[in-house]
Amino acid sequence: MITLAHLLVLSGILFALAVAGVFINRKNVILLLMCVELLLLAANFNFIAFARYLGDIGGQVFVFFVLTVAAAESAIGLAILVVLFRERRTINVEDLDTLKG
Amino acid sequence: MLVEVLFYVFATILIAAALAVIIARNPVHAALFLVLSFITSAAIWLLIEAEFLAIVLVLVYVGAVMVLFLFVVMMLDIKVEEHRGGFTRYAWLGWITAAVVIVEIVGVVTARRFGVDITRGATPLPASYSNTQELGSVLYTQYAYPFELAAVLLLVAIIAAIALTTRARRGLKRQDINRQVNVKSADRVRLVKSMTTGNAP
Repeated sequence: MITLAHLLVLSGILFALAVAGVFINRKNVILLLMCVELLLLAANFNFIAFARYLGDIGGQVFVFFVLTVAAAESAIGLAILVVLFRERRTINVEDLDTLKG
Repeated sequence: MLVEVLFYVFATILIAAALAVIIARNPVHAALFLVLSFITSAAIWLLIEAEFLAIVLVLVYVGAVMVLFLFVVMMLDIKVEEHRGGFTRYAWLGWITAAVVIVEIVGVVTARRFGVDITRGATPLPASYSNTQELGSVLYTQYAYPFELAAVLLLVAIIAAIALTTRARRGLKRQDINRQVNVKSADRVRLVKSMTTGNAP
């Protein structure tokens, strides 16, 4: 029998791995976007687990909206990435220092 | 028992795939491992009886978003060798942050409990239960307004993506309907008086 603890531990590990990935992959914006997708997946795991174990379908509806927003986010993010590569010929995060941040 | 074994198998594959995504040097490999982790997650969602979202995850993510990712990865001319160096520069910070995130999540969950016994299984659903029907019955009534907003958001995403990536080519001859309609005869025909002199050809 799968308990809520199983799912929470799994999503916690997944979230932590994705956060580590955001820090590790400083060379490639595409990998950063993929790590953001993993973060959203871990969050969705929690929503679905609580929706199931509290008996409230609202959590699953929220996952539906999160999937919508994530699809929009990755579409716009990749479009920005393509424009960026066209302008600068690089997608290395460390080269993108025009704002002197 | 079988469900538990399947859960552990899928969870192991999911964590291994996520680890492979974040440490892969080649973005194509990372994208393919991300596909694996999405499919494994869909399998786990099926195990906890969220069938509709599991299918949506495969259709939307693996079918659309990851294909878009792969398309962009392969379209951009990224030199893999160039991105090999400097990998471990921020690795220690990443692992520390991951550990802190895990400690925070464990702290929040153990402190609040969320009014549910986390060591108990879910109440079994009746055989006639339809996840899709249940989801649809609230999505089109209680959540109808957010649903419409989600549609508008997707439209905004389409327009933004096209507007960002389209580029005007130089030297292309194209119609400008507005100018064509507003043109007057005075703009087209110009009468000039020519002074004719005696010595005609």
